Amino acid sequence: MSSVLAKNRFLILRRLTQSLILFFFFAGGAYGWSLLRGNLSASKLLNTIPLADPFALLQVLATGNIVRTEALVGAAIVALFFALVAGRAFCGWVCPVNAVTDAAAWLRGKLKVGLSEKDIRLSRNTRYWVLGLSVVLSVITGVAAFEWISPISMLLRGILFGMGAGWTVIVALFVFDAVIVKNGFCGHVCPLGGFYSLLGRYRLIKVRHDKDACTLCMRCIESCPEKQVLDLVGKRSGVVASGECSNCGQCIEACEDHAMEFSIRAVVKGR
Amino acid sequence: MAHEQDGPAGPVNGRRSFLMSAVKSLGMAGIGGVLWGGHIASSKASPPVLRPPAALPEDRFLAKCVKCGLCVEACPYEALVLAVPGDQRPIGTPYFLPREKPCRMCREVPCLAACPTGALDPLLVQEPDADNVGQFEINRARMGLAVIDRETCIAYWGIQCDACYRACPLLDKAITIDYARNDRTGKHAVMAPLVHSDACTGCGLCEHACVTKKASIFVLPREIAMGSSDVRYIKGWDTRDEQRMKDIPTDTTTRTKRSEKAPLDYLNEQDLKNSE
Repeated sequence: MSSVLAKNRFLILRRLTQSLILFFFFAGGAYGWSLLRGNLSASKLLNTIPLADPFALLQVLATGNIVRTEALVGAAIVALFFALVAGRAFCGWVCPVNAVTDAAAWLRGKLKVGLSEKDIRLSRNTRYWVLGLSVVLSVITGVAAFEWISPISMLLRGILFGMGAGWTVIVALFVFDAVIVKNGFCGHVCPLGGFYSLLGRYRLIKVRHDKDACTLCMRCIESCPEKQVLDLVGKRSGVVASGECSNCGQCIEACEDHAMEFSIRAVVKGR
Repeated sequence: MAHEQDGPAGPVNGRRSFLMSAVKSLGMAGIGGVLWGGHIASSKASPPVLRPPAALPEDRFLAKCVKCGLCVEACPYEALVLAVPGDQRPIGTPYFLPREKPCRMCREVPCLAACPTGALDPLLVQEPDADNVGQFEINRARMGLAVIDRETCIAYWGIQCDACYRACPLLDKAITIDYARNDRTGKHAVMAPLVHSDACTGCGLCEHACVTKKASIFVLPREIAMGSSDVRYIKGWDTRDEQRMKDIPTDTTTRTKRSEKAPLDYLNEQDLKNSE
C-alpha cells in the first residue's frame, strides 16, 4: 500500500493541489471564503493579493487596451513565480484540463486504440504557432483571442459557475487526446502551455538526471508527456533544461534506480 | 525530416524542405487564423446583452473583460451570471436577465469594486466633481434603457396598473405616469407609464415587476433602444440641447449637379425661359 502511495506521490500531490485550488475557488463563490476568489484568469488571494493570468493579460494588451494596475500586478506576480521558481508547473499542478488529458492518456495506454504517430503527426511546435496566432488575432479582432475559446477557462468556469454546453468541448478534448494525438492538447496545441514553456526556461526547480544510476530501462521516457525534454537520459548527468518540462514528476515516480529527482537548480548546487 | 541523409545534395534539399515546412506551417496558421478569427467575429455579434453597471461600451468591455467572474461572486443578489456555451453570448462574460433577476442598484457597487481589469470602469459612475474618489453614484449607471410595448401594456389599455412605476428605484424620475382622458369610456383616465432616458439606469426592476405574461416593459442596451438625431436638428428652446451646436461640422459641402455653381450664378446665367 505504502509502495503504491510512494509510486504515485507526485500524482497524488498534483491532484491535491489542483483540486484544492478548485475547491478554494468554489468555496469563495459558494461559502464566501475569502482565501481565493475568482478563477485562473484573475483572482484575489485573501482579499488583498491580486493574481492574474499573464497570457490573458498579454492578449488584452495586444488589443490596445490598458488594464487597471491591480490586474497588471497580479499577472506580474504569477509570471515571476513560474518564470523564476516553478517553470511550467502550472500545467501539471494547477490547470484543471491536465486531469482530463491525463485520464485520456491513461485510457489510451489501457485500450491501445489511439492512432499512432505514423497515422497522424502533429508538431509539438504547433503550440508556439497557436501562441503567435493568439496575439495576432487579439490585435486584429480586438478581443483576447485565446480567452475567447480557451477550453481551460471554459472547464474551470464550468465547474465554478455552471457548464452549459461546455461539456461537449471537454469531451471533444478527451477524445482528441485518447484517440487521435497522444498528449495532443497539452503537449502539442495549448498556447498557454507554450507560454509557460517559454517563460519557464530559467526556473529554479528542475528535474535532475544521474547517468551513473540509470539502467536505461526507459520507463521515465515512457511515462513523460513531453518526451523530447528527456534527451539527456542515459547520455549525461544534469538537469532537464527545456522549458517544456512541466515538473510533473512522472519520470521520478517511474524511475526505480533513483536516477531522477527534483533539484533546486544546479546553479545553486554548483553543477 | 530525413533530409539530412539525402547524400551530396543534402544541404540544398535541407533548405528546400525547411522552406516547404515553413510554407506548410504558415498555410496551416493562415487557415486556422481565418477560422478562429471568423468564429470570434460571428460570436461577437450576439443577441442584445445587458452588462453589469459601469461596464465600458460593449466593444471595449469585451476587450478588457478576462472572464474571471469576480463581479458575479461579488453580486449579493446573484443577479449577475457568466455566459456559458449555449447561451449564444460571448462565453464567460457577465450579464444579467432582468426578468429573472434585475440589478438591485447597490450603493457600494460591489461588482464594480471587484473588477480587476477596468472592464467595469469607476469613472462611469463617479460624480464628476466628487472629492471622495471611490465613492460611487449608482444612479449614474447606464446598463440599458427600459422600453414599453404600448400594445400589450395594460395601463395603456386603460386598466389601472402601476407595477413598473412602483418598482422603479428612480420613481417619478425614470418612470412617470402620464394622465390622459380615456376616450373609449369617456369618463375614466388612462394612467400610462412613460420612461425617461435621462434618468433610466436600465436596472430592470420594472421588467421584473411587469404583470403581463411576457414583460411589456423591458430593458434593451441603449445603443439598440435609442435613436440619434443629427446635430443639424437642435431644440432651440432648450439651452442644454443648444450645446450640441458646437459639434456642427463647418466644412461640409454639398455637391449635386445644381449646386456646382452658386445659386446666384445659376439663376442669372441661365436663360430661364428656354430651360427645361
